[in-house]
Amino acid sequence: MKISKLIISFISAAVILLSTSVVSFAKVVGDKIVLGAAISLTGKYSSNGVHTQNGYNMAVDRINSMGGVKVGGKTYKFDIIYYDDESNPKRAAQLAERLISQDGVEFMLGPYSSGLTKAIAPVTEKYGVPMVEANGASRSLFTKGYKYLFAVLAPANLYLDVAIDLAVEKNNGKGVTVAMAFEQDAFSQDVRLGVLDAIKRTGSKKVIDDKLPKELNDMAATLVKVKQMKPDVLVVSGHTKGALTAIRQISEMKVDVPMLAMTHCDAAKLSKQHGKNSQYALCASQWHKTLTYKDDFFKDGMTYDADFTKEFGYAPPYQAAESSAALLVFKDAFERANSFDQKKVRDALAATNMQTFYGNIKFAEGGQNVDKPMVLFQVMCDDGGKCENKVVAPTKWASAKLIHPIPSWSKR
Amino acid sequence: MISVQACLDGILLGILFALIAYGMALQWGVMNIINIAQGDLVILGGYIAYFMYLYGIHPAWGVIVSPIIMFFVGIAIYKLVINKVVDRDLFISILATFGISILFMQLMNFAFGADVVLANSDYGTTMLFNSNVVLPNSKIFSAFISILFAICLVIYMKKSKLGRAIRATAQNARAAKILGVDTEKVYAATFGINAALCGVAGALISITFTIHPYMGLPYTIRSFMIVIVAGLGNLPGVAMSGMGLGVFEEFADYILGTEFRIGSVFLLLVLILVYRRFKLSRKREYLK
Repeated sequence: MKISKLIISFISAAVILLSTSVVSFAKVVGDKIVLGAAISLTGKYSSNGVHTQNGYNMAVDRINSMGGVKVGGKTYKFDIIYYDDESNPKRAAQLAERLISQDGVEFMLGPYSSGLTKAIAPVTEKYGVPMVEANGASRSLFTKGYKYLFAVLAPANLYLDVAIDLAVEKNNGKGVTVAMAFEQDAFSQDVRLGVLDAIKRTGSKKVIDDKLPKELNDMAATLVKVKQMKPDVLVVSGHTKGALTAIRQISEMKVDVPMLAMTHCDAAKLSKQHGKNSQYALCASQWHKTLTYKDDFFKDGMTYDADFTKEFGYAPPYQAAESSAALLVFKDAFERANSFDQKKVRDALAATNMQTFYGNIKFAEGGQNVDKPMVLFQVMCDDGGKCENKVVAPTKWASAKLIHPIPSWSKR
Repeated sequence: MISVQACLDGILLGILFALIAYGMALQWGVMNIINIAQGDLVILGGYIAYFMYLYGIHPAWGVIVSPIIMFFVGIAIYKLVINKVVDRDLFISILATFGISILFMQLMNFAFGADVVLANSDYGTTMLFNSNVVLPNSKIFSAFISILFAICLVIYMKKSKLGRAIRATAQNARAAKILGVDTEKVYAATFGINAALCGVAGALISITFTIHPYMGLPYTIRSFMIVIVAGLGNLPGVAMSGMGLGVFEEFADYILGTEFRIGSVFLLLVLILVYRRFKLSRKREYLK
């Protein structure tokens, strides 16, 4: 009897101790600015979730070791509380609530993927917590009138419209015929809307407009149509599965198309998994290491690439680079606001106008970054079968010349 | 030519699905268990082939290695979980296999990562009719292997002692037991054979399509549908309905658009169910 009482009092003491320590977690403790983030460390987004986390951690270490954040004449360091959202939007929203109301976090970093950002944004908005996110590109995030959401990346509708422009340019300014195959999810459908805009703007014509079901990894029927209609451009977007399926089936069915543009090539490790079959594919990317943007912390893309590879043992995909950029934006905003007042920080974020190694950052009314164009790279392979991604558009950043039209399969 | 292409694509796809459905039908018929983890066993089989590919072995060898490993995985699942629920309600067995399915997804995600992967067979392409019809050899290979395994299984079920015991148990478990059939062993073997078939199908899928830890469920649903359309205990029917559904899917995709592909298949299923007034609640027969 006595022992059980002892245990109960011990447990309650521990609970009280814990609850007080939770309260003391809040926002800025001593010399620490505590940010919160729900990240997919397990579940179907876990590989990109880990890229996101590595990007955040890399920037935190770098900023802290280079003098931290100066606010009100005092130096602060970044710290991040992570929770695993299990790639589940509902869980992500719960964790955002928990970070804000229990852990007292006053500034948030975004999760991975548009879907999860969509789940979290209403929560941060409700509490007036500024959130800088780096991995939610869906256009619908920026049309809801959110005041506390800022995205360092270009919105999804800009992913592939560059490709249509490029095709029109190659066609001497005349409109082209476009075949489209997009997965039925928020992100890919936004990419589709962007392509539709570009088609309208350039006087082009869509000849195929297929929506691929999520649970499908077969697009043979779409490709049969492509063979029959012979469009000038084929655009495909369906995350990594879509990119891998498209290249596999295009090469197996010997589909000849002058231009093939896709998303998620580097996340899918296209050139590694498919080798020469992926050659000539054009891929939309938020970032590429050869871009010549600069900042004081990571210097430039090449240095970032080398440092990241040294620390984590693999080359940074753009998901990591944009996540690192999010912290640079936060640091800049804190220093300009010279305060930890959420409203002041929010206003400072809205007035951001800076260059990072990842690109220029300037937010529009809706929170999306309007100062950073997407780049297109093309997979190019040498005779030994070693493939590399080379930036071909926009012309300003191009490190190689676009190969167009794609040689037919019979000549490869 | 387009319709020939769609037809052949559908048939090749359907044969592969029929192989998975075949295992499901076998298990359903013998043990009256609807295995929700069917698709996850397929994906696990696919990862075995993928890892062979990573280590420089041609993934086609996966169709031999993968079923051997999967057979024992199947037996293990039977011993650990299935034999504790097999004499209960059908609903319990669905719940149990659903649990196994979630467990497998998470374990595969943990062990192999969440990346979409594939194994390249480099089999090339067959061109027919003045290259108007294009068939990837990997799909032809898949169909060929699937048919081969199906035929072997049919012969095995007809000729071997265990095969006869399995068929006897499916017909009347009580009678089989009275006549000296070790039904427990028969159930374990059935589950093992089903897992092995899934292993073969998985290896083929890693060569023809892509694999991912969370991609199992569509295969479960597809095989479930094929079995329902064919009816239990109708193995030639499984093959026919597999191919039929494959062809139907390709045509629906081509004519109506990809977004209606899966929807139209489900619509067909509903029509068939209504037409046949299929009864799921079969008389349960199990003896421990």
